[in-house]
Amino acid sequence: MPLVRVRNVSRVFANGVQALGGASLDIEAGEFLSVLGPSGCGKSTLLRLIAGLAEPSAGTIEWPLGRPDLGFVFQEPTLMPWTTALANVALPLKLRGLARSEREARAAEALAGVGLEGFEKSYPRELSGGMKMRVSIARALVTAPKLLLMDEPFAALDEITRRRLNTDLLELWQRTHFTAVFVTHSVFESVFLSQRIVVMSARPGRVRSELTIPAPYPRSETFGTSADYAALCRLTSAQLSEAMAA
Amino acid sequence: MSARIVAPVLMGIFMLALWEGLVRAMEIPPYILPGPFLVAKTLVSDWGTLWPALVVTLTITLQALLAAVLVGVLLALLFSLSRWIELSLFPYAIILQVTPIVAIAPLIIAWVDDVNVSLLICAWLVAFFPILSNTVLGLRSVDRNLLDLFGLYGASRWRTLLDLRLPAALPYFLGGLRISGGLALIGAVVAEFVAGSGGRESGLAYRILESGYQLKIPRMFAALVLISAAGIAIYLLLSLVSHLLLRRWHESALKEE
Repeated sequence: MPLVRVRNVSRVFANGVQALGGASLDIEAGEFLSVLGPSGCGKSTLLRLIAGLAEPSAGTIEWPLGRPDLGFVFQEPTLMPWTTALANVALPLKLRGLARSEREARAAEALAGVGLEGFEKSYPRELSGGMKMRVSIARALVTAPKLLLMDEPFAALDEITRRRLNTDLLELWQRTHFTAVFVTHSVFESVFLSQRIVVMSARPGRVRSELTIPAPYPRSETFGTSADYAALCRLTSAQLSEAMAA
Repeated sequence: MSARIVAPVLMGIFMLALWEGLVRAMEIPPYILPGPFLVAKTLVSDWGTLWPALVVTLTITLQALLAAVLVGVLLALLFSLSRWIELSLFPYAIILQVTPIVAIAPLIIAWVDDVNVSLLICAWLVAFFPILSNTVLGLRSVDRNLLDLFGLYGASRWRTLLDLRLPAALPYFLGGLRISGGLALIGAVVAEFVAGSGGRESGLAYRILESGYQLKIPRMFAALVLISAAGIAIYLLLSLVSHLLLRRWHESALKEE
């Protein structure tokens, strides 16, 4: 049974623009899934619908195993600038009413988990773009969610930082066993990260095709430079071109 | 010492010296234009009358500013809670703001028995609008994604207000507060002028009027100096408060790197 069953979901914005035109998709528990598509194909909208941040105009989203705890990582770090990294990460726990000492302990643990030990007292503006993103991921993971939704989280970062974060994200995923849904417009990123890629067409978005990336984990830089990786990228790229032409 | 301090200080000394020199050279009588030395001397000799007057004016100013903060922030919160309240009340707040205080002051003074209370109302009227409009803007300038995040974790309206909207609005509020501080002083002085009699105790504006009638022009200048000094002090104090509250995180309080 899938964790999430998305069926013929459409979404029309108030201004009449149709972002999604009947997208269907299953998300299996524990998998790393990428949603790949051109800009404006409705992939972010799809993610927001799954998160419950918006309602579909038509179609259904079902949770056969019950609606789990979920974490959300935005395209921007989306941190509160007026408080420390620790308080930012502890926010979800605070909103759920946990006691201060417990939420701070768990937030410190989450920060350490993304490699930011020692930065608890730093304010967001004192951190680099990549570090802010790490804080954002720690915040999403602090409640130990079953499902982590990520909306092009590394798109604004430089290449080197993005590679580090990709590797670290995979490491976190293997360690913590959450289900990952990763929205991206980068073929290379999606192939490097995922077990499965769904390719979406241009607006109004729907799922055009699906690929499996059979390479084993842990995936390292070696995988990123292998011939297998290059072949998979070529394949995925072709599917994306097809989806955009359709 | 940097040029930022040295340059204006030198300029000030030069202007004062020029003023003093001209007054002496042209033998201008003090009831037309007193020199800075005489003004300083009067400030010291008349301190006994001027100081209590300053206290009266400052008291009204600070009370009005406090009332402006209370009412301004409270109204801003109401506006942020209900679009209807905002739509129905905001135009009237603007009308109050654009109507010149000298024009309404006589009415208020006629309606309210206690002169001190009427002065307070006048100063408050001038001071509250920047706080209201800035705080409304701030409460609305919250990061959409952060709002979504709060929604995702089921935060109540109250929690969202306390942990998200209020801190996000703080820099805007402080900007409004700095403007209102100066306006409260102006409002208090203008109202005192209109009231003329000065109520139970007399403020600085009344001392200026009185000095004018009695041709005690040096004292008038001394009172003016005090009003300016009070205005500058209020501005600096509020800037300091703003800096202390924002220095860790807000762009406006950061040094260039």
